[in-house]
Amino acid sequence: MTDKTNITLTINGREHAIAVEPRRTLADAIREDCGQTGTHIGCEHGVCGACTVLVDGEPVRSCLMFAAQAHGKQIRTVEGLASGDTLHPMQQAFMDHHGLQCGFCTPGFLMLAVGVIEREPDIGDEELLDVLSSNLCRCTGYQNIIKAVRAAAKEMRAR
Amino acid sequence: MTARELFVGRSVPRLEDRPLLTGQGRFAADISFPGQWTMRVVRSTVAHGKIQSIDAHAALALPGVHAVWTAADVAHIPPIPFRLTGLKQLEPYCQPVLAKDVVRYVGEPVAVVFAEDAYLAEDAADLVDVSIERLDATLLATDDPRVFAHEQDRLSTEASVLQKSYGDVDAAFRDAHAVVALELGIGRHSGVPLETRGAIARYDAARDVLELHGAAKVPHWNRDTLARMLGRARESVQLYEGHVGGGFGIRGEIYPEDVLVCAAALAFSRPVKWIEDRREHLIAANHSREQTHRVRAAIDAQGHILGIHDEFFHDNGAYMRTHAATVPDLAAAMLPGPYRVPAYRATGHIRLTNKTPCGTYRAPGRYESTFVRERLLDAIAAKVGVDKVEIRQRNLIGKSAMPYALGLDTLGTHIVYDSGDYALLLDKALQLAGWEALQGELRRRRTAGELVGAGLAIFVEKSGLGPFDTVKIEAKSDGSIEVITGVASIGQGIETAIAQICADGLGVDYRTIKVIHGQTDCIDKGMGAFASRVTVMCGEATRMAAVKLREQLLRLAAELMQTSADLLTVRQGRILRADSSPGPSMLFAELARQHLLSAEATFESSHMVYPYGVHIAVARVDAETGGVTIERYAIAYDVGRAVNPRLVEGQIAGGLAQGLGGALLEEFLYDEAGEPLSVSFADYLMPTAREVPKLAILVTEDAPSPLNTLGLKGAGEGGANPVGAAIASAIDDALGCPGAVTRLPVTPQRLKALLAVR
Repeated sequence: MTDKTNITLTINGREHAIAVEPRRTLADAIREDCGQTGTHIGCEHGVCGACTVLVDGEPVRSCLMFAAQAHGKQIRTVEGLASGDTLHPMQQAFMDHHGLQCGFCTPGFLMLAVGVIEREPDIGDEELLDVLSSNLCRCTGYQNIIKAVRAAAKEMRAR
Repeated sequence: MTARELFVGRSVPRLEDRPLLTGQGRFAADISFPGQWTMRVVRSTVAHGKIQSIDAHAALALPGVHAVWTAADVAHIPPIPFRLTGLKQLEPYCQPVLAKDVVRYVGEPVAVVFAEDAYLAEDAADLVDVSIERLDATLLATDDPRVFAHEQDRLSTEASVLQKSYGDVDAAFRDAHAVVALELGIGRHSGVPLETRGAIARYDAARDVLELHGAAKVPHWNRDTLARMLGRARESVQLYEGHVGGGFGIRGEIYPEDVLVCAAALAFSRPVKWIEDRREHLIAANHSREQTHRVRAAIDAQGHILGIHDEFFHDNGAYMRTHAATVPDLAAAMLPGPYRVPAYRATGHIRLTNKTPCGTYRAPGRYESTFVRERLLDAIAAKVGVDKVEIRQRNLIGKSAMPYALGLDTLGTHIVYDSGDYALLLDKALQLAGWEALQGELRRRRTAGELVGAGLAIFVEKSGLGPFDTVKIEAKSDGSIEVITGVASIGQGIETAIAQICADGLGVDYRTIKVIHGQTDCIDKGMGAFASRVTVMCGEATRMAAVKLREQLLRLAAELMQTSADLLTVRQGRILRADSSPGPSMLFAELARQHLLSAEATFESSHMVYPYGVHIAVARVDAETGGVTIERYAIAYDVGRAVNPRLVEGQIAGGLAQGLGGALLEEFLYDEAGEPLSVSFADYLMPTAREVPKLAILVTEDAPSPLNTLGLKGAGEGGANPVGAAIASAIDDALGCPGAVTRLPVTPQRLKALLAVR
């Protein structure tokens, strides 16, 4: 079980050539092998969504995907959202609406929301609520996260 | 305040947010050191039993596995001592860092594996063969006490019985027009922060310092305690708090794993990292809340309370951890709440069971006793035949009675409600919820066949626990300000709130202020973050230090500007004439470049401060599924003075979600052998964006605390405190059965049972 395979993870446009065991999760590979610790691990059961990243544009629980399965795919993480000092509209909206407290679930929510709004810019409130209810937050009580995502969606549509 | 207030009271953006939004946070798992080993805990799979043998040969044979420890390897380390409310008679129940001879709950650490990486450590832990002879498990705190411990030390499952009382309770019941009696239960649930626990220890031989990273909540107390437990000088142990992914009372207490990584880093001269997984968290980190109350109220013909007697059973799980008797003590002390209760007696049985040990969770003891008290008020209303708002209005403590000495002690302080106008806040809350119109609307919907209802609960919180906090403020050579404090951040936004207070004290922009917290090598003393104390204690200390520094600054500037300090002020970082008349001015930063500018202040307080609030819930019951939907919710909370109203509202909204979890969803369940059944997020259900109701929040400042200059009271726990009570009241109303809900959480199964007997 310790045989390692060489793979390449493309994270935020940058290639990382790493050697991983077949059982290594994408979350662990992103964090430990590629040093991108912005993606957090909250349950390793695929329930809390803290580890959500975008793989070829789709929100994915990186704790439920093996690193080897992401070989050659485009991975986006929270580190890739801002451009320089300018926050992504989703990040800015979370700040403006107090959509985070401890910040541990935040990267997962940001990637989930960005992935959904990019794919479905005109998503309705009810559907959006369904999507956002797939991640857990223990601090905010969610209302400000919902407000932030709605505000960011509006901003992203206007661009 | 000597300067104009520009930042206190404003909802300015948080200073904390940018790194957290860009993936630059530094949570425990993000910290690594070269050459580190990973620790993995081997846990008991049996609720109660004798350890027959532990065989680690197979684990040690795996390449990359460095060591396996059992109790014998840590025999020199004493059990974990109490931090709060430590009664002498509870000491035999302290938890050892590794189980010796006996295991007392599923999840108890029996051995630890040290290996090259986390995957290998987990493989190796699976190979450690632990043989345990099963003993009968005690699972109910309401059962008669029995021998709890191993034969040699004859401990009872009843560790202690606490008593709190005042007034003539017997006379109150003797003279009563009527007596209302209830038996009520609160389910076992807990804080469950999104970040699991973690600890990374490193021994630096060059400095002879043991470092513990991933610290939280009470770093200074933990430093002192770890040093004592490991036989080291206090100065040779340093704790470092990074980002903390939620606290809620449970995170940051000393647990066995914290001690084990430290001992291992010393023994192996290697950095040792331990990161808890979610299953471990749900069976090994502190649980909370599980209590059964048998409460009686003596009332007169109008429903005025003459006396309350409460006997309760507190299930503390398998050991007494750092909080010792804190939770039952608070439950007993805070039960009377906002009402005039002329005579009161509480008897709390502190019982041990073979379940995960317990500690505090946001509004500890109060979530429980507010549920009990407010259920009692609803029952009194039903008994007397008056409305549940009216019964509360009849019993509330009046504004003119403030300050109100309750006649009880808790956490080493006399309970004296410092200020409050409870009736006024109740009026405001009813208005916020549109109570009158709501009653009509709900009646119409019930007539149309819906099961909908409204409930309310009123409560007094406590906050600002002393005895002290010290703050140092230093001006850096670039004109920026550093505030150094011994409190901690658990994600609540203290860097922002403290910077706002400091900014107004000094006359600078809050964004130029950096708040350093949770670093034991930056400040020698500190009390940490618990009991909604940070904004109150650290806030006032910050204000005092800022005023000192400002005076220093003006004296220096007056000399340079050849004028009197009285004539000068600081505005937006510039020192200028207070009357705005033309004349010289200078930048604060210029002075800071030329002089060492610093000030220190300590705020001491022997009394807590008492915010208070009202929650109103609207619930809809689905008779088919037994599901409860909270349609709307309103919260009015008086915090004396809100430093940053948006952050206060954030605390309230987050507290509500957690309170709602405990009221409807969250419960740690066990089977009859003591096997935990709630071991993942698939079976321990926390609220999602779907379950959280539309919320109206009103933060009021009608009763500033007289005990600190700004009038501050803590805002951390009022969102959670009465949620179980308010929702229970709303469900009763929806069912048309006063007193139907006697147990939390009201799961669909329990609700179906209520519907069946309706």
